[in-house]
Amino acid sequence: MKTLALNILDIVQNSLRAGAKTIRISVQESEITDRYSIEIEDDGKGIPAEILKKVTDPFITTRTKRRMGMGLALLKHHAELTGGYLEVESKEGTGTIVRASFCNSHFDRQPLGDIGGIMKILIGANPSLEFIYNHSTDKGSYSFSTAETKNYLEITQITDYELLEDIRSMINENLAEIKASGLELKAGA
Amino acid sequence: MSKITSLADLKKKREEMKSGLDLRTKALDPESIVQVKVSMATCGIASGAKAIMDFFLEQLDRRNIAGVVTQTGCMGYCYAEPTIEVKLPGQDPVVFGFVDLKRADQIIEKYIKTGELVDGIIPVNYQSIDLKE
Repeated sequence: MKTLALNILDIVQNSLRAGAKTIRISVQESEITDRYSIEIEDDGKGIPAEILKKVTDPFITTRTKRRMGMGLALLKHHAELTGGYLEVESKEGTGTIVRASFCNSHFDRQPLGDIGGIMKILIGANPSLEFIYNHSTDKGSYSFSTAETKNYLEITQITDYELLEDIRSMINENLAEIKASGLELKAGA
Repeated sequence: MSKITSLADLKKKREEMKSGLDLRTKALDPESIVQVKVSMATCGIASGAKAIMDFFLEQLDRRNIAGVVTQTGCMGYCYAEPTIEVKLPGQDPVVFGFVDLKRADQIIEKYIKTGELVDGIIPVNYQSIDLKE
């Protein structure tokens, strides 16, 4: 995966398969603490304790088509490459939190990428779910939520392509304002 | 084109476009429209499925095709990613592999618009496995 946004898209697929109705993605980056952390929280069905112990093993998966689940294993590998870590907290019936922490300045820490585009796709493909995106840097923080946006625009679902593309721009522009690093502002990868 | 940076900007733009929007918000019966599912497992995402998903979301809208684009997990064809499944109304779903932007465009112009099959179909024999006794 070339960017962290693609890793996030991958982990969110797990939340979707767990039947989550609300997914919260939080990114915190700081040059002062030299930490870059990503947290993905969902209210899906959770992971049973016996599986939770081995959940980052690529051969442990609840998928049926192939006997491998690479998402968490890959994110863990990327985090540890930079001297960071990955932890997964989960409670059956309540939800799951995946936390990945990276050393911000490490050469192998990938750029964030087109996170606005990732949110656009997630919202466009799942119009009945709620998504929240929080991002904080040393210069400020930004928060986006589908619930707040729909409420403000007085609509019940975000399905219009123009609106989705505008949301992508809005998120990326606001992140540039708070000096979020590694953004990919053009459509593409 | 002025930048959109706030919810207020979004609202203003929508109010300006209002007449065009009303036509698009009609209740759609899933069985009567095209359903496109883009495989979004690790293999798919790493191979470029994001750009394909984006392309279908945009182009079905631009070309005025009644359809819904969603994601699905790994369909098992990791060697052929990005893969998509297209279900035309009243027909069995068809899986296409090695979908790049050019092929995605062909799939819309030929298969979705006219039903003409395009290169890169992955044969999926659900029925023959079920019927085998």
